[in-house]
Amino acid sequence: MKCTRCREPAEVKLRSHNSAFCRECFLLFFRRRVERAIEHQEMFRRDDRILVAVSGGKDSLALWDVLADAGYRTVGFHLALGIGGYSDRSRERSESFARSRGLELRVTSLADENLAIPTVVGATRRPACSACGTVKRHYFDAAALEAGCNVVATGHNLDDEAARLLGNVLHWQVEHLARQRPVIEPRHEKFARKVKPLYLTSEFETATFAFLRGIDYVVEECPNAVGATQLAHKAVLDGLENASPGTKLAFVGEFVTRGSAGFQPTERPDAERSCSSCGMPSWGETCGFCSLRALVDRKTGRAATVADDPAEDRRP
Amino acid sequence: MRVRLNPQGKDLEVDDVRRVGDLLGRLGILPGTVLVIRGDRLLTEDAALAPSDEIELRSVVSGG
Repeated sequence: MKCTRCREPAEVKLRSHNSAFCRECFLLFFRRRVERAIEHQEMFRRDDRILVAVSGGKDSLALWDVLADAGYRTVGFHLALGIGGYSDRSRERSESFARSRGLELRVTSLADENLAIPTVVGATRRPACSACGTVKRHYFDAAALEAGCNVVATGHNLDDEAARLLGNVLHWQVEHLARQRPVIEPRHEKFARKVKPLYLTSEFETATFAFLRGIDYVVEECPNAVGATQLAHKAVLDGLENASPGTKLAFVGEFVTRGSAGFQPTERPDAERSCSSCGMPSWGETCGFCSLRALVDRKTGRAATVADDPAEDRRP
Repeated sequence: MRVRLNPQGKDLEVDDVRRVGDLLGRLGILPGTVLVIRGDRLLTEDAALAPSDEIELRSVVSGG
C-alpha cells in the first residue's frame, strides 16, 4: 500500500477518508485536520490562552502536542481522580509529557480535596461517570479562571461524539442534543469557552498520531468505564463504520452543520449569583459541585472540619 | 507468531496467517479499532506477516 500523497510505503490506512499515508504525511494530515476544525468552528485564535485538560490518555496528549507545536498559548491541567493505580499512571504520563516538552502543567489532586472519585461514589451513590463529570466541570472552570485562560480544550474525539450523539438520539434527549456542540460559549464571565478540536478526528487517528509522535500515554481503560453504555454505543458504531466507512464522520459532521440547528437549549437566565461556598457562578445559593462536596464531607465525617475553617471552605 | 493484546496484556500464538487483515479476521477484531504494531512501525491491513513476527494489537477505544 502506497501513501496517497507521496507514494512512499504507507503505515496508516484511513478507510473513512479513502486514503493511506506514510508517517510524515499522516502527521501533516492530522495536524491540518485539527487546525481546520479550530478555524471552521472559530474555536480560538492565536492570542487566546487555552487550558488543555489532559488526562494522560492518547487524545488529550495528542491535542496538546498539536496545539503547542502550532504555537498556541497553552497551559495543561490534569485532575488526578484518585482511582487507584490507574490515576497514578495517568498523572505520571501527563507530567512526563509536559516535562519532556517544557510545557506548563497544573495538577489538582481530588484525594487532597476529599473528593477522590471512589469516595464521591461511595458517599453519594451516584454513578461514577456522572459524579466524575460534575467534579471535572467545576475544576476545569476553576483552573481556567485561576490560570487566566479564556478557553478550555478537551480531547473528545469523533468516536466520543458519535457515541454520545447516538445515546442522545436513542433516548431523544433533546436538551442534551441542544448542548452537543464542538464549541460552547460561556454564559458567565467567570466561565471559559469549551472547545473540542478533535471532534472530527477518530480515536484510531489520535492513537496513530500519539504512537507516531512517541507519546507515552495510558493505554489502559478507566476501571469505571467497564460496562459503560458509551462503550456499547461505540461497538455498534464500529460495526456500522466497518460496513460503511465514513459513517461516524457523516453522523457527527452533518449533525453539527445541519441537524443541531433543530435543537436549541431551553432559555435559562444567566447565572447571576455566585456560589456562597466557592464563588463560582451558580443558579442557586450553592452550585451543584459544592452541594455534592458538602454531601461527601457530611457522609465522610469531614463536615465539622470544613465548617470550622472558612478558608478551607473556599477551595477552588 | 506471537501476538500481544493491549491493554489486556494477553499473549497469543497465532499460526498460518500471511497478512494483517487475516490476523484481525482470525481474532474477530475490526480494522480501525486497534493499532497493529511491529517494532516501531505501524502495519496496514495488506502488510505481510512472518512466523517469527512479534505483533502488538493495541486497542484505540477509550471512554466511559
